[in-house]
Amino acid sequence: MPCRPDVSGYFGNYGGKFVPETLMPALAELEGAYADALADAAFQKQFDQLCKDFIGRPTPLYYAEQLTKKSGGAIILLKREDLAHTGAHKINNALGQGLLAKRMGKTRIIAETGAGQHGVATATVCAMLDLECIVYMGTEDIKRQAPNVQRMKLMNAEVRPVDSGSRTLKDAINEAIRDWVSNVKDTHYLLGSVVGPHPYPMIVRDFQAIIGREARAQVLKAYNRLPDYLVACVGGGSNSIGLFHPFYNDKDVKFIGVEAGGLGLKTGKHSATLATGKVGVLHGTKSYLMEDEHGQIMETHSISAGLDYPGVGPEHSFYKDSDRATYVAVNDEETLEGFKLLSNTEGIIPALESAHAIYYAVKMAKDLSKDKLIIVNLSGRGDKDLGIVTQALGMKE
Amino acid sequence: MSEITSVFKPDHKALIAYVTAGYPDKTATVNIAAALAEGGCDIIELGIPFSDPLADGATIQHASYLALQQGITPQICLDIAAEIRQIITTPLVFMTYYNPILRYGLEAFCKECIKAGVSGLIVPDLPPEEGLELEKVTHKHNLDLIYLLAPTSTDQRIGTVAARSRGFIYLVSLTGVTGARSSLSPELKGFVKRVRAKSDLPLCVGFGISKVEHALEAAALADGVIIGSRLINLIEEDTSLAALKSFITSVRKALNEKKNTGEV
Ligand SMILES: Cc1ncc(COP(=O)(O)O)c(C=O)c1O
Repeated sequence: MPCRPDVSGYFGNYGGKFVPETLMPALAELEGAYADALADAAFQKQFDQLCKDFIGRPTPLYYAEQLTKKSGGAIILLKREDLAHTGAHKINNALGQGLLAKRMGKTRIIAETGAGQHGVATATVCAMLDLECIVYMGTEDIKRQAPNVQRMKLMNAEVRPVDSGSRTLKDAINEAIRDWVSNVKDTHYLLGSVVGPHPYPMIVRDFQAIIGREARAQVLKAYNRLPDYLVACVGGGSNSIGLFHPFYNDKDVKFIGVEAGGLGLKTGKHSATLATGKVGVLHGTKSYLMEDEHGQIMETHSISAGLDYPGVGPEHSFYKDSDRATYVAVNDEETLEGFKLLSNTEGIIPALESAHAIYYAVKMAKDLSKDKLIIVNLSGRGDKDLGIVTQALGMKE
Repeated sequence: MSEITSVFKPDHKALIAYVTAGYPDKTATVNIAAALAEGGCDIIELGIPFSDPLADGATIQHASYLALQQGITPQICLDIAAEIRQIITTPLVFMTYYNPILRYGLEAFCKECIKAGVSGLIVPDLPPEEGLELEKVTHKHNLDLIYLLAPTSTDQRIGTVAARSRGFIYLVSLTGVTGARSSLSPELKGFVKRVRAKSDLPLCVGFGISKVEHALEAAALADGVIIGSRLINLIEEDTSLAALKSFITSVRKALNEKKNTGEV
């Protein structure tokens, strides 16, 4: 596979393992168990089978004809991760790591969640594999993504509210790491994005790369050619890396990561880490992050809880510096426009996270000729966001 | 011999106090350090507050949060350290997460540490694998980079830290984050033994030590004890610092009395 991290877990200058000593042996154990699983055909077979039967893969690559007509330019194809079980791409990684945890003999699973999609995916897999499940979630996110909290509880997960810091994803990760430090012997930390210490960015990426592998085969089959652009939203960066990675060596395929522009980059209230951040260390990895002049992590803002994070996966930082990918920002207002547009033209209600990518893809398509191909990762469905959206639109109209 | 290693003497158990710099405020920290020195602390650990202290429990998280609310920065912590060293000679070490140092610049930060009279650094999210760069700079400036070990550390990792830690080795007493506990971890004894077999450096035990009895128990195994969260709690309960002083004095006294009796 292209672009593996080096033996120390670095993608170029980014990555590594900046964690308390207590966790270092656990990371080594995880690395070993994963290498073992990779080499075990039975494990791969089990993962593939459950991807098919439990998640419902492959997800379709859908020609968004109305959206394409509306934008009047390039052809827009949607990779339908919203149709995966539980309604987002997060389940791919949750399933893979759940099986890995089981293999390692761990009985207790902890996870963090922002939008609640990773929490729901983890709760789902734990219910299926009969594992104890505890999900840390910021109190701000518990408020804005309430339907997902109910779903987790229905599947017997314990949702632990996190009331420190910005009360969002960053703080949920802090709490999950503290839990892991305290219970590392029987607990697997099922991290939900391509962030954190090595080997997480690699493992999560590998499990999510099924998105790009499928999309690549599907587009070749339907169009007999590779796409010109891949567009995906970037929070921690898992759905985007999942789509991008299998195209890494296809140098003519351009990668565009869309970050949350929040209230606008000038206001400082956003989560556009790669567009505006500096290199530092957060949550065990060296990568771009949003920090103040004293190295304190900044509070971020986004209308979508899943993108509201001041860090980003190290592989993205590597892609940025090596110009393999371009990173742009779409603000809250534009996101709502993308949300409405996809709902109206295609009858597909996207997650607010994914609506960032939709908006940018449509904007790009307008300026491209009709023979160009864009694949957008529709990372999730928008049911969880109906409250926020109706409120936001109601206030304006 | 560094200022830190010279603290460790036969028949003397080192008492190390952790407080968050700037908690409850800048001036208080200077007074707190003076009180700790007077009470018989051998080394004072000043925590540079960080927004995301993931190795810390609720007490130090809260103290860090309040310090940051008051605008405490790494620069102000350096100023506080310099001020403290004008009134006491007790060695100081900084405990801080890696990002604030990285942002300050490793070279500039180490230089300023020496200027301020700080003798060492403890960076809980910097394992030896990631510490090579900072090690180079600290060695150049004669700062001790003190690594941590935990009960989960393998013998191989113990060997690595034994070869590379300077000043002393910080033994995390339990599998967990900082914070007061009701008793010491049963894993401590075997853990200290494993490290002792591989290292001649002084060994200091921290995390969870919150009572005189804990300090005695840990001191019977190791060369020093580190107390943190309990001190923050005492400062919060009694801002006159009387409670802090009397606690530290009683720990010092107990350690001195027990020094020749071996196991407790
Ligand atoms: C639907 C959806 N898309 C995207 C994201 C952002 O995460 P990532 O960048 O890891 O794909 C989330 C996170 O919660 C999500 O729920």
